[in-house]
Amino acid sequence: MELLINIFVNGLATGMLIFLLAAGLTLIFGLMDVLNFAHGGLFVWGAFAAVWTYTATDSFMLAILGALLTGVVLGFVTEKLIIAPVYGNHVQQILITLGFMLVLTEMIKVVFGPNQLAAGVPSYLAGSFEIGDVILIKYRLFIIVTGFVVFALIQFILKRTKIGLIVRAGVLNKDMVQALGIHIKKVFLYTFIAGAALAAFGGALMAPYSGVVYAEMGLEFGILAFIVVVIGGMGSLPGSLFAAILVGLAGSFMAYYVPDLSLAVNMILMAIVLIFRPQGLFAARG
Amino acid sequence: MANLLEMRNVHTYIGEYHILQGVDFTASAGQVSVLLGRNGAGKTTTLKTIMGLHPAKSGTILFEGKPIEKLSTHKIARSGLGYVPEDQGIFSTLTVEENIRVAMRDQSDATAKRINYVLELFPDLKKFWKKNGGNLSGGQKQMLSMARAFIQDSRLLLIDEPSKGLAPVVIGKVIEAIHELKKQSTIVLVEQNFRMASKVGDTFTLIDDGRTVHTGEMGYLIENEEMKRKYLGIG
Repeated sequence: MELLINIFVNGLATGMLIFLLAAGLTLIFGLMDVLNFAHGGLFVWGAFAAVWTYTATDSFMLAILGALLTGVVLGFVTEKLIIAPVYGNHVQQILITLGFMLVLTEMIKVVFGPNQLAAGVPSYLAGSFEIGDVILIKYRLFIIVTGFVVFALIQFILKRTKIGLIVRAGVLNKDMVQALGIHIKKVFLYTFIAGAALAAFGGALMAPYSGVVYAEMGLEFGILAFIVVVIGGMGSLPGSLFAAILVGLAGSFMAYYVPDLSLAVNMILMAIVLIFRPQGLFAARG
Repeated sequence: MANLLEMRNVHTYIGEYHILQGVDFTASAGQVSVLLGRNGAGKTTTLKTIMGLHPAKSGTILFEGKPIEKLSTHKIARSGLGYVPEDQGIFSTLTVEENIRVAMRDQSDATAKRINYVLELFPDLKKFWKKNGGNLSGGQKQMLSMARAFIQDSRLLLIDEPSKGLAPVVIGKVIEAIHELKKQSTIVLVEQNFRMASKVGDTFTLIDDGRTVHTGEMGYLIENEEMKRKYLGIG
């Protein structure tokens, strides 16, 4: 039983990290109709920024802030220089964001060196709880709680604030939002920056979880985030949460019981959803 | 009567297609000006061009004497134009209340007064205040779309085919609503249903193949069987 619980907690924590990456991606996808293959690059920059700040300051909070700041700056630059010129053209978006993803990955090696960096868990989040025979690792629980808090916070912003209302309306009908006098491109920029900051935040939380950070991890997680967005439905935050947990749990259980299928299981899940519900499980729009 | 909106020799392309090939049109303050023409004549594109959704390639569009053809859509809307698209543009998973809130530019007393006005004009919106826009009937969606455009203090309302897909009894309500909104705002109406257009319109502009071919008082068109047959396929 304790084994099952541990696999479950592990899968849930991985799912939450994927969710942090996918949350921004789904809103960017849904609202801006932008295929951003560079999103994983923002995740890995967040991870490296956090590790670098943590090493320099020994403060986990400052490490998180460093990652968020990196996400905001990179989000602003990416939207203005890379995304804005290719709005409305998916082929160009794929080409330029894939190219930018490679640039972001290589720039990591230029700035932080070609080797992977070790990332430690802050002392107050290290260790574990024991409940009966079950040992629960504190940091994994922290990630799970943080994931749900972030989900609740984004839901609050989307449901209870005017900017959230505009984003939800924009996902459904951009032209109409503009025709109501709203500067949609500004909303695009804010959404993109928020998505980038979330990705960087996810990277910052990922670093102590995996113990090391390396430049290519952005690509690996970026693909998982895309799978989650497709399964959950374009523009749907609850869909992304559900799909991220599903992908995290499926990967975790498969890695233990059928290791050969652990990488393929996500693709299989996506294929099943695409066959039976191509718009995703919780599509905000068809 | 002063011209609130004026289009002069407007040309619009959608992709490589030259849709508007010289539209001239004026809307006078306090009137309902109707754009008429067959399917595909360019009526909807004319409204979208005014709103900047399909920007004009050449020509001039003046609103209250100021050129707007180079402005982006949100600036055009903020200059005082309200738009009710052909498909109503309802945010389907947002409630009626949220659809209205998206359109609210401030929390002023004037806005509250306008909201009260439209809720009195369209009581169904009050009744279904917490219901998703996508679950409303066609007529209710039309009313919500008109209400949303009106509460923005629009001095000019552009309404695209409000009778489309509606039952005759509902069309009657839409006609009443347009008569009522006319007291507060100037209206440009695109309409395929000539009976409805003739009931609400003060003036008409006929568009054919992307060009303005005739313009005048609605009474003139009602009497002119030849023109109706030639350009509207009725009579």
